[in-house]
Amino acid sequence: MTMSLGPYASFIVMSYAAAALVVAILIGWVMLDYRSQTQRLRELEDRGITRRSGRSATEQR
Amino acid sequence: MTLIDLANPTRFLALTARVLPWLAAATVILLAIGLYQSAYAPDDYQQGATVKIMFIHVPNAWLSMFVWGVMSIASLGTLVWRHPLADVAAKAAAPIGASFTFLALLTGSLWGRPMWGTYWEWDARLTSVLILFLMYLGLMALWRAVDDPSRAARAAAVLTLVGAINLPIIKFSVDWWNTLHQPASVMRMGGSALDKSFLIPLLVMAIAFTLLFVTLHLAAMRNEILRRRVRSLQMMQASRIAFSSDVAAGSRQENASKEVGAA
Repeated sequence: MTMSLGPYASFIVMSYAAAALVVAILIGWVMLDYRSQTQRLRELEDRGITRRSGRSATEQR
Repeated sequence: MTLIDLANPTRFLALTARVLPWLAAATVILLAIGLYQSAYAPDDYQQGATVKIMFIHVPNAWLSMFVWGVMSIASLGTLVWRHPLADVAAKAAAPIGASFTFLALLTGSLWGRPMWGTYWEWDARLTSVLILFLMYLGLMALWRAVDDPSRAARAAAVLTLVGAINLPIIKFSVDWWNTLHQPASVMRMGGSALDKSFLIPLLVMAIAFTLLFVTLHLAAMRNEILRRRVRSLQMMQASRIAFSSDVAAGSRQENASKEVGAA
């Protein structure tokens, strides 16, 4: 089965490419932000700054 | 687990750690199925292959309003119930909603050029969605402008609820005004006007994008909770430094007065 996009192929391809790019940027932003926050928390804990509960701030379980 | 249990950020983080991999996997699978079905959907008798833009444009347009709806409920949570995670949810949703709205505008424009002969027209539907996009940007700017998250949360909640007035305007703009944009063809009285060969891929893509939003939103909420922990630890560090310098200054003053007394 082949796919023909007709005379307006560039508009169709641009739409899907733009969606893919924006979704990739969103995923990248979320992942980099997570890495940055956990790193900052670890640095603070290494300097002896801990939560009042004494539990690790990066603890998720 | 109830909504009250999730008020505890540590419990919420534990839940996201368990749920996120499954949500991400489900999103990838549904997106793959939706994209495959969209690729092999038949051409429309009038629009030809450009109808494929619908499978990406419509889910983003739906989500642009859905995300603002989620933020409005979260804003009620902030102002009425004072749920501790409500403003976290609202803040984390805004950039994701802005991205979906941007994509709805962009893909709509790319669909409009071959079908209408123009990228943009200042009609009611297009203009009201552009206003929604600008409101998302305004809300994100407001969150950044105020340092204290709890003060920013109340102002953002009020703005979000006021902005929710735009949602019915967007939805019914095609009925209330004579617009270039077509009227509702999926969610309307009397059932969908779309043939199954278009409707099924469209619904699969809509569910896939909704799952994508849920996944990204939970991940962004987790990040926001961690960001607030960083902020509170930094404040704790700053107060420790201030306290120790106060103690040092106090002891220096005491020594100096003893020396003066001895002299």
